[in-house]
Amino acid sequence: MTDDEFTAYQALADETDDHRWAFGTGFTDPLEGIDTSVPDGINAAALAAYCLMLGDDALVHSHRLQQWMTRLPELEEETAVANIALDLLGQARMLLARAGRAEGAALAQGAGLDAGAVLAQGGGRSEDQLAFFRPEHEFRNVRLAEHADTDFAQLAGRLLIFSTWRLALFSQLSGSADPVLAAIAAKGAKELAYHRDYAAQWVIRLGDGTELSHGRMQAALGTLWPLVDELFRTHAVVTDLPGVAADPAGLRAEFDDVLAAVLAAAALDLPDTPPLAQVAGKSGRDGVHTEALGYVLAELQSVARADPDATW
Amino acid sequence: MGETPVRSEWPLYEVFLRAKRGLNHVHVGSLHAADPQMALHHARDLYTRRNEGVSIWVVAAADITASSPDEKDPFFAPSGDKVYRHPTFYDIPDDVPHM
Amino acid sequence: MTARAHDRPGELEAHFDDTIARERRIEPRDWVPDRYRATMIRQIAQHAHSEIIGMQPEGNWITRAPSLRRKAVLIAKVQDEAGHGMYLYSAAETLGADRADLTDKLVSGRQKYSSIFNYPTLTYADVGVIGWLVDGAAICNQVPLCRSSYGPYARAMVRICKEESFHQRQGYELLMTMMRGSAAQRAMVQDATNRFWWPSLMMFGPPDDQSPNTAQSMAWGVKRHTNDELRQRFVNMTVPQAGKLGVTLPDPDLSWNSDRGHYDFGAVDWAEFAAVVKGNGPCNAQRVAHRKDAHDEGAWVREAAAAHAAKQAARDRNINHGDTKDGEAG
Repeated sequence: MTDDEFTAYQALADETDDHRWAFGTGFTDPLEGIDTSVPDGINAAALAAYCLMLGDDALVHSHRLQQWMTRLPELEEETAVANIALDLLGQARMLLARAGRAEGAALAQGAGLDAGAVLAQGGGRSEDQLAFFRPEHEFRNVRLAEHADTDFAQLAGRLLIFSTWRLALFSQLSGSADPVLAAIAAKGAKELAYHRDYAAQWVIRLGDGTELSHGRMQAALGTLWPLVDELFRTHAVVTDLPGVAADPAGLRAEFDDVLAAVLAAAALDLPDTPPLAQVAGKSGRDGVHTEALGYVLAELQSVARADPDATW
Repeated sequence: MGETPVRSEWPLYEVFLRAKRGLNHVHVGSLHAADPQMALHHARDLYTRRNEGVSIWVVAAADITASSPDEKDPFFAPSGDKVYRHPTFYDIPDDVPHM
Repeated sequence: MTARAHDRPGELEAHFDDTIARERRIEPRDWVPDRYRATMIRQIAQHAHSEIIGMQPEGNWITRAPSLRRKAVLIAKVQDEAGHGMYLYSAAETLGADRADLTDKLVSGRQKYSSIFNYPTLTYADVGVIGWLVDGAAICNQVPLCRSSYGPYARAMVRICKEESFHQRQGYELLMTMMRGSAAQRAMVQDATNRFWWPSLMMFGPPDDQSPNTAQSMAWGVKRHTNDELRQRFVNMTVPQAGKLGVTLPDPDLSWNSDRGHYDFGAVDWAEFAAVVKGNGPCNAQRVAHRKDAHDEGAWVREAAAAHAAKQAARDRNINHGDTKDGEAG
């Protein structure tokens, strides 16, 4: 029995520089070399709100995909969906961190203080404070993100809609006047192109597969379609961020073209369903959600909230 | 429109990766997929999770002809045969019992 | 598939024996005794099943992970386990097995998986303890398998071991962080350790004097060390790690024996082990049902993908042959 076989494991308690053990924290930093202070002339409070919107979309959608792990139709889909969930979680982390930073800058602007001093005093929340300690009405994701997929057809259909829309947004945001948002969008766009491709292939396989899968895929689109219009509504925050935010209204045509192409290849019909109404003129972007989000957050936040003094 | 009955198992693909330019493709394993496009996607997910791969080749295992003279299994033709004896490589008619 | 008669009946077996004796690798197209093939398929398959079932107890905590970084690390870990399962099923398939058939054997109870996954994960500390103890024990079992006589299995094991060492580190680092955190966190870690220590020791299987297959398995290079040897190795490595963490291992008989040069430890409850292996553990039914349900509910998706591939292939053939008939198989 050779001792050298086991030396790696005996050294478990020693410090190491090989940080691949913390996989999930990324190999290369997309923000390397970028000045992360909020540029002059950008409305920091609006930037914080906007980053929360995009971050919450990703955080909540990732949660829904995580709920599918160990339940997918084939083992190969387990690695594929886990990759997508990880990508979205990564985007969420960077966007929430940006939101927190912008929040700190806004506090400084508001109080006439130096931004660095405010941040040093803990002004502006961390990614974890934002994810785990915000109440539901402060979450700004679109209602599509919190939808629970009842079958794999819905998973594929929702992912197709979400990633097509988000890719169009991120492609525009790669030119944002906020350099951090631009960097996040540039990296995210590559990931979203892959997600969209994965989803499109599955929508086509299911639409043009068996009679059963065709029926399920068509039904799934019918269920999801009422949540589409909300994606393209211009929120007030966007108009407060000229050159920084991407106005989704201008992206509807591109979205429609992609969906039409995929549905045609899938032998599916474009659904005819009316959009889901708002509540007193408000919906996801204003913190007014479907009943589903409460349960999502109860699950997501439960362990963190059980011991707020804990260090994880 | 008549549809021939389809085996619902996904066929086996062998995966070859070239990690860096200048090296050659190396066989890293196999996976199941319904079609070549899916096989590529799956290969990327399964074999490049650690940023390992640059170039991926997938080949249906049934399409590979192998000659391994040092391996002497009598089930294989020495001059050129399958990579290994997998049940789905050999077309067995549905009405043959116990196969 | 017809067998071809060979001229010298003893020659194939001699070649096999010689390859084993010289510690060379058996490759997929080598002749092997039927019992070697069956034993290898079973061992590899049960290892693969363990990875897949093992996704469940840890996957249980992904959506509730208490920080985004921990969540990312845990998703990646569970994803790795799916990958390990696939590497291993692939290795088994090179011996003539079929993955769908192996899945069938798993969900019908004809093949087993590591008994440790029949225990529940009840707190977030369990995630750390599984990384530290369960992956630690798995590594002890697995590192020697990198020298398995069967080539594809040995190569899969090298890849798996590299990734598994990261998992163990992730688990241990989580526990270190918790032990330096709140009182509630420290209590959580101790509680999880109390529940997983003995089951981890059981991962090495029954004592040597109750393992009848060990001798043949070792002769064939299917197994490189005995159960008791590996169990002792694991205890020796883990006791100092527990010390560094500041947790107490729940065994009052644990003590260093300088004559033996090993730690003495208490008696394992083999009755509990037997009950769990037999199917009456806390989570057996739940784990298998979960896997079966996913597989059954996914059938329509797999069929759709195969149907689409067939349609696409027919279309491609029609285009190539200038045939205008639709849906005809080539």
